Amino acid sequence: MENRLYGLFDILVKLYGGKMKVNKQDTGILEIAGKKFSSRLWVGTGKYKTLSVMKEAHEASGTDLITVAIRRVNLNPKKGEETLFDYIDRKKYFILPNTAACYSAEEAVRTAHLGAEAGLSKWIKLEVIGDEKTLYPDVIGLLEATKRLVKDGFTVLPYTNDDVVTAKRLEDAGAAAVMPLAAPIGSGQGVMNPLNIRLIKEALKVPVIVDAGVGTASDAAIAMELGADGVLLNTAIALAKDPILMAGAMKLAVTAGRMSFLSGRMEKKNYASASSPKDGISK
Amino acid sequence: MRITVNGEQKTFRKDLTIALLISKYRLKKESVAVELNHKIIKKADYEKSILRDNDRVEIVHFVGGG
Repeated sequence: MENRLYGLFDILVKLYGGKMKVNKQDTGILEIAGKKFSSRLWVGTGKYKTLSVMKEAHEASGTDLITVAIRRVNLNPKKGEETLFDYIDRKKYFILPNTAACYSAEEAVRTAHLGAEAGLSKWIKLEVIGDEKTLYPDVIGLLEATKRLVKDGFTVLPYTNDDVVTAKRLEDAGAAAVMPLAAPIGSGQGVMNPLNIRLIKEALKVPVIVDAGVGTASDAAIAMELGADGVLLNTAIALAKDPILMAGAMKLAVTAGRMSFLSGRMEKKNYASASSPKDGISK
Repeated sequence: MRITVNGEQKTFRKDLTIALLISKYRLKKESVAVELNHKIIKKADYEKSILRDNDRVEIVHFVGGG
């Protein structure tokens, strides 16, 4: 099914090819800290039923960046137990480790350094969590950890509140991109405060990636229509009944949302305005 | 000698390096990061990092996450 959808998309692109080129130039290349990404959709690796479903979903999403967490290795694995990287082609995907479950700047900084040693890249999705129930960030700890990791030479992508003042402070502290939440992590509520996402995008020079809370394809499209440079999500794909199909939907939604943003939508009006001519009606 | 690995008490013979410990657990050094007594050890130093009684070792790697 998803292949059929891609086919349809490709045909549309070819049909309109002359007038409306759907290519990377038109939607702009996403560049962060000098690194170019062909996909504006980034996806996670958590909560999948199986690793092979995860692998197929990654392919269907068209992403080139995936996020991972850092945890203790299992010292007593079952025989034949597969690991995450049996299902991730590291040549194809850029790996972005996170500092999930860190509740202080110290823990997050330590985890970032462990991630850099494990992955040999100094990029980090920085999370400093302030509350177990909402998983909302502790923005004071987040700002402190951002400063320290920037000083240590990291490319820091902080997951933060949808608050323009904090976002600005993070940018000033040297964040390479700022990643405001749409809604609580894993909640699937969609963009709770569209105005805030728009304000953050307007205020910042660095890319803005909407991270967390996206539930379905229209949520991702809305985030992109608000001007976000990208969307990072995990649960919306992993917990969909058909994760592979949803990954394809997210790919199209992010592209559609981006094109819609760039095209400049019509103004909203309170009353109807006929699309067909008023004159020349046959009587 | 007794060493704590990822919070578990383990007993080993002497002359154990981090490189040997990693291979004991059938881990690839490319995919892990190791802390010895709260200090990260660079991969290049695994061979020469000799473990001592009461050392605390943390071995981490990437797992699924968002």
